[in-house]
Amino acid sequence: MSDIRQARRTLTERILKGAAKASAPDRRAAFDDSGLPVPLGTLVDKVARYPHRVTDDDIAAARGAGLSEDQIFEIVVCAAVGQATRQCDAAVTALEAAARKA
Amino acid sequence: MRLQILDSGHGIGTKALFALIRTVSRQPVLDVVKLVKYRSDFYGGPMSAVTQEAMRGPSTWSIGDRELIAAFVAKTNQCEFCTKTHAAVAQAAYHRDGKIVPDLSSDSDVADLSEPLRATLRMLGKLTREHAVNVDDMRAVLAAGASRQQIEDALAVCFSFNVISRLADAFGFFVPGPEAFKAGAKYLLARGYR
Repeated sequence: MSDIRQARRTLTERILKGAAKASAPDRRAAFDDSGLPVPLGTLVDKVARYPHRVTDDDIAAARGAGLSEDQIFEIVVCAAVGQATRQCDAAVTALEAAARKA
Repeated sequence: MRLQILDSGHGIGTKALFALIRTVSRQPVLDVVKLVKYRSDFYGGPMSAVTQEAMRGPSTWSIGDRELIAAFVAKTNQCEFCTKTHAAVAQAAYHRDGKIVPDLSSDSDVADLSEPLRATLRMLGKLTREHAVNVDDMRAVLAAGASRQQIEDALAVCFSFNVISRLADAFGFFVPGPEAFKAGAKYLLARGYR
């Protein structure tokens, strides 16, 4: 059966701890959707919770805050992977509990 | 594409590859390809390993089923690019297997599905919309006949497309015409996500 756990760990290690243009604390904060100031925090929260609401202005605001395109790229990737990770982990926890009760 | 680096910041070798793709397929290079090829050691390489395992690794869900799950997750996230991409692959995969192609156009339950797959989609829809599911949601899927392993396999697909559809929307992927999606589906069905 398919098992993405190792591949997911490799992805997460790479984006959070590997070499990058954005700082490691900023990448971690984006992954956690927590602790980044406006306007970057606004962009990250939209990516995590309402990705279809991201606009050109959100990206322009991140640029205006001094981030390079590479830094924005990395921060957005971290935000997306972080949210998908939280959702997946919550679902696996619920599945394990359901399987125990079955 | 909202970031110029993702549109045109690739190295010479990758740009040559894009020229080859345009020549062979007679279609524009899809923005998702541009994303995974940009600094692929950071995102594209490791993410492709996740997606390949979820979409083409061993599973009792067929490839068509997994592509349908991908399209459903993307649709729930309101991501037009990913919905059209994976609906096209699902259609091609089901057609290849001689099966009826489920209709994703309805906002309610997807017709023409087995009960385990229908219940799995219902749970994934809630997970994607509300970011959480509970024990009762999972018990309902198990009661519908999906195995624990099938649910885990579906969650792997859901993970991949909860990442990719977020990036497609955030980076503003261009949505091309149906011929480009048809060409993309042909490639993904033949070659997978490596």
